[in-house]
Amino acid sequence: MNVSLFVTCLGDIFYPNVGKSVVEVLESLGCEVDFPFSQTCCGQPAFNSGYREEAKEAARNMIRAFENSSYVVGPSGSCVAMFSEYEELFHNEPEMQHKARSLKERSYEFTQFLVDVLGVNNVGASLNATATYHKSCHMTRLLGVKDAPEALLSEVEGLNYRKLPNCENCCGFGGTFSVKMVAISKEMVDEKIKDIESTDADILIGADSGCLMNISGRMNRLQKPVKVMHIAEVLTQREEK
Amino acid sequence: MPMRIGTTTFNDRIEKGINDEFMRDSVRSAQERLLGKRLDAAEELGSWEDWRNLGEEIRSHTLEYLDYYLYELSEKVKENGGHVYFAKTAEEANHYIQKVVKRKNGKKIIKSKSMVTEEISMNEALESIGCDVIESDLGEYILQVDDHDPPSHIVVPALHKNKSQIRDVFKEKLGYLNTDKPEELTLFAREKLRKEFLSADIGITGCNFAVAESGTITLVTNEGNARLATTLPKTQITVMGMERIVPTWEELDVMISLLSRSAVGQKLTTYVTALSGPKSPLEGDGPEEFHLVIVDNGRSNIIGTEFQEALHCIRCAACINVCPVYRHVGGHGYGSIYPGPIGAVISPLLGGYEEYGELPFASTLCAACTDACPVKIPLHELLNKHRKNIIEGRGLSAEKIAMRGFQYGTTLPILYQVGTKLAPFLSLPFQTNSFLTKGPGPLKAWTTIRDMPAPNNERFRDWFKKRQKEESFE
Ligand code: SF4
Repeated sequence: MNVSLFVTCLGDIFYPNVGKSVVEVLESLGCEVDFPFSQTCCGQPAFNSGYREEAKEAARNMIRAFENSSYVVGPSGSCVAMFSEYEELFHNEPEMQHKARSLKERSYEFTQFLVDVLGVNNVGASLNATATYHKSCHMTRLLGVKDAPEALLSEVEGLNYRKLPNCENCCGFGGTFSVKMVAISKEMVDEKIKDIESTDADILIGADSGCLMNISGRMNRLQKPVKVMHIAEVLTQREEK
Repeated sequence: MPMRIGTTTFNDRIEKGINDEFMRDSVRSAQERLLGKRLDAAEELGSWEDWRNLGEEIRSHTLEYLDYYLYELSEKVKENGGHVYFAKTAEEANHYIQKVVKRKNGKKIIKSKSMVTEEISMNEALESIGCDVIESDLGEYILQVDDHDPPSHIVVPALHKNKSQIRDVFKEKLGYLNTDKPEELTLFAREKLRKEFLSADIGITGCNFAVAESGTITLVTNEGNARLATTLPKTQITVMGMERIVPTWEELDVMISLLSRSAVGQKLTTYVTALSGPKSPLEGDGPEEFHLVIVDNGRSNIIGTEFQEALHCIRCAACINVCPVYRHVGGHGYGSIYPGPIGAVISPLLGGYEEYGELPFASTLCAACTDACPVKIPLHELLNKHRKNIIEGRGLSAEKIAMRGFQYGTTLPILYQVGTKLAPFLSLPFQTNSFLTKGPGPLKAWTTIRDMPAPNNERFRDWFKKRQKEESFE
């Protein structure tokens, strides 16, 4: 199966290891992974700040970049969900709109692809640690990926999984919200950190780099010992018992 | 500006909210309680998604044919012997109500809870002609006694106060001597209010839904105060937003079920009061005169726009009860009598961007509100549409220039490549270990409370390219 990786701009610049892990997991399951180099950012930062024209041009570029891909897989529910907005952005360009719909139909968030398309829950990972998982809002509510991450984590050998209390709560990232409304964002991320700490987990796992950047950035500032990992990184772990 | 709460700036209000530990405790525990009850009530009904779809369908149908149903409603009310007045603006509504009150020589007015009368500042208008206006909803009563503290929630107006604060208000203002037990506090208020009910000349209510086919207005309460306010005084005035209408009793059934479950997690509120005009000669009680004031106040401008769905709102507050921003800043933070997600959508529509332009940005667009809404209003999408309109209406700003840069950076892959390649060098001066702890521009705002990962020297794309090359040599 041929899969094009949509690494996301955060993944490209700040978290290359996440992209590498996705490649590793997909290849271990027999996929051929390619990377269209003309991909940039999905346009969400502009779109969610009210800059639709700017977002539209980013969208145009992404549609082109993945035009020939049969499957597009990205390690961020929020960025993949952004593809669903493209149709509306091109409401007066029927041809682009058609292409936008096609892109949306071919695109999957990483865990969604593993569970729903490849039908895999167990990727053979093992990790001896206590961990909890943060459900990202866009992935859960906009993309509708609710159970795939936990299905995968429950098969990771040695992982002591603790459910995060108030897991439906947003972590306070919200793209530009995190810099425009710092005071509110801080309260939200601190609330999230309190919930994370209440689980006594050593590791916080997430599936969206934006949220992870926010939570880990705040935990780092507060010198919290909890480690933050993307689920793709967890799924590449092979620890001896 | 009638809808407005207070005169302080957005940032001051936010700061005040965040620093008010009492308020935040009250809001947090109320949200938890209400969320749990709502989920149970939805579960108990079963097929909640189907019910939501039905609710959405009913609301969009009604709004699509609003002129028709408004006409039917007003004809029926008149047939039943009531008076109907369409008020284009808040001023027109208040003027009409003042006129009725003066003609009836009304001095004391008893009110049941109504958001639209808050929206048009009706109490102030009546007080200005010398009337005594008494709120009979317990929450509203507490706020009124507390020197007109504004409501912070559309269903539970005194949500920001805990029971000992309420006890203190009663003690200080009304000489209350008992404990902060809810039963004792309520009993005290009840005794006070009963006297007011008996001596009021005019009752004024809001309206949860008006049934077009029979000219009936319905009110849901748990305190029964709406029932007293509509049976004891000789004159009744009901004020409704022009969108608060259902075609028939069949739809009313669905909407009341959705409202009670979503607002307070009950199958049905303790009282559902339905009134069709003044009492008939055969009836023992009820008002002798009935006026229905239908308020537009900016609503008809919303019809036919990208925001029409905002008018589907049934004011259940489910969106407010799940909103994390509301939880941290409280209702007063919004500066409008309509707080939370729905407030951030409709306050700018009714009061303008000038006044409420910050609100649509005070959201992470987490969509918890959209998920909770019983009539499926896409609240987070509407907030984002506001953002678009606000940005498009603005001139060139530093942010706009940065976003243009973003546009070029993301549409010209070569620029993106160079820009992101440079990132690690540009950020070097701000780096400690692998995190950035300070920096310019948005990075400065980000790093006031958190660290930022330093851009990697080897981007993913560099790694992938290298790997491809290596593979091709193999
Ligand atoms: S927007 Fe929806 S959830 Fe919010 S108050 Fe209105 S009906 Fe209720």
